[in-house]
Amino acid sequence: MLDSTLLINATYVVSAMLFILGLKLLGHPASARKGNLLSSLAMLLAIVVTLLDNSIISFEWILMAVGAGSVVGLLLARLVVMTKMPELVSLLNGVGGLASLLLAWSTIVASSDFGVFERAVIFFALLIGGITFSGSVVAWAKLSERIVGRPIVFSGQAYANISLLIGVAVAGYLFSTQVEPDLIWLVITLALVMGVMVVLPIGGADMPVVISLLNSYSGLAACAAGIAIGNNLLIVAGALVGASGIILTSIMCKAMNRSLSNVLFSGFQSVTKSEISIEGEVSPLSAEDAFYVLEAAQSVMVVPGYGMAVAQAQHAMKELQDLLESNGAEVVYAIHPVAGRMPGHMNVLLAEADVSYDVLLEMDEVNPRVEGFDVAIVIGANDVVNPAARDMKGSPIYGMPVINADLAKNVFVLKRGMSSGFAGVDNPLFFKDNCRMIFGDAKESINTMIRQFAD
Amino acid sequence: MDTISLLFILMLSIFVGFELIRKIPATLHTPLMSGANAISGITVIGALALAGGKGGDYVTTLGVLSVFLATINVVGGYVVTDRMLAMFKKR
Repeated sequence: MLDSTLLINATYVVSAMLFILGLKLLGHPASARKGNLLSSLAMLLAIVVTLLDNSIISFEWILMAVGAGSVVGLLLARLVVMTKMPELVSLLNGVGGLASLLLAWSTIVASSDFGVFERAVIFFALLIGGITFSGSVVAWAKLSERIVGRPIVFSGQAYANISLLIGVAVAGYLFSTQVEPDLIWLVITLALVMGVMVVLPIGGADMPVVISLLNSYSGLAACAAGIAIGNNLLIVAGALVGASGIILTSIMCKAMNRSLSNVLFSGFQSVTKSEISIEGEVSPLSAEDAFYVLEAAQSVMVVPGYGMAVAQAQHAMKELQDLLESNGAEVVYAIHPVAGRMPGHMNVLLAEADVSYDVLLEMDEVNPRVEGFDVAIVIGANDVVNPAARDMKGSPIYGMPVINADLAKNVFVLKRGMSSGFAGVDNPLFFKDNCRMIFGDAKESINTMIRQFAD
Repeated sequence: MDTISLLFILMLSIFVGFELIRKIPATLHTPLMSGANAISGITVIGALALAGGKGGDYVTTLGVLSVFLATINVVGGYVVTDRMLAMFKKR
């Protein structure tokens, strides 16, 4: 019946348009929610119209799968706490990759009359889907600290990876040119191993790059599956996701002044210890004394980092912000692109604490006016405020764009103890004359300041 | 559909994607990722025909699993994105 095919494809066009419009509306916080709604409408429309497909003869299993999937998805989305968002996103990346892998697998089992091109495309769908799945699982395990966050390396890793690549190339050639059902097991195994090998050597601080990259892969996997089954909407939607992930990846890499290959392969290089040793003494300050400086401050800049998420200090910070503002001070938040474990991590946490998004400033907005701030409060951030990146040639992070918190009139660093940050680099900021360290749990320290305001 | 027109669609979509997403501010990068996650659940529409067709048990099982996983992506992705975006407020 021609009619249903026509109807389905016409609806796909509308869906594609709604996906694009939805992403466009996502460009501003005020319209973003509407954009997401539009995008979900596009998805619903596409799913409903696909059910009209004549080749679908039984609906029981479909209903069960959709029902079970909805319940699991709903529970995940409802129960996750905002600090665990990076884990959820990487888990969902993995689920998407696995779904594409299964789709490609099912496609090649369903029909044997595929040409070399189709088989090659299916190979790529299997490969990217498998890498996305196992890579995301490893990333999730690292983020949730089920395995250690630091790069995992072993001797001969480079050789293992090279042989793996050769194996994948050979398997791809065989899979594309021969109709041999058992080859699929080889392809899937290699893809899964490859995903693990890609993510293992990457350290915790580089997670924003990995999550973005896997996000992109999950789209590309859908895209490849779409080419394999000749479905336009899969291609359009998959390409949109792929493009989004690639852009985020490049933003993250730029924010660390590193190339993608450097992030992916740096685990293999031995750590170069910096020759420069930073000398000096840190000056601690009690939270009580910090209050007197804050009380007199006209403008305050807050620089949050992953430590704020760990200490769950965002709500206390918002409370302190309100007190400072009612005291007549201006409070802004300076957010580094790679602060946290995924792109935009800090913004979500602060939004959860009810901080208005117009006081969340990006690094480039805030840096030109840092000198004007009376106080910079650094909460659980280290590398993103490290002045060594700016003026210490030879430092491992030299050249990385940072928030110049050290140029503010006073700097308070809220920190647990004197361990160095994720990059393992000493931070000369801590030794500067205008810097005071407030040791202890960030939430406790902020609460102490809040109590002082109340008195 | 012939391969060339599929590749045309691919190329144009990538360009549209780049242009759209470049303009999204850093504040919204996390919701963007989870929203993109939901969109990548589009594989569900490819899997539906395989899950409900007459391809035999092997095909149906794989198709049903794929529908299940992609639905998690779709529902989980959109709901969590909405939850986050609802928090972004301006005074």
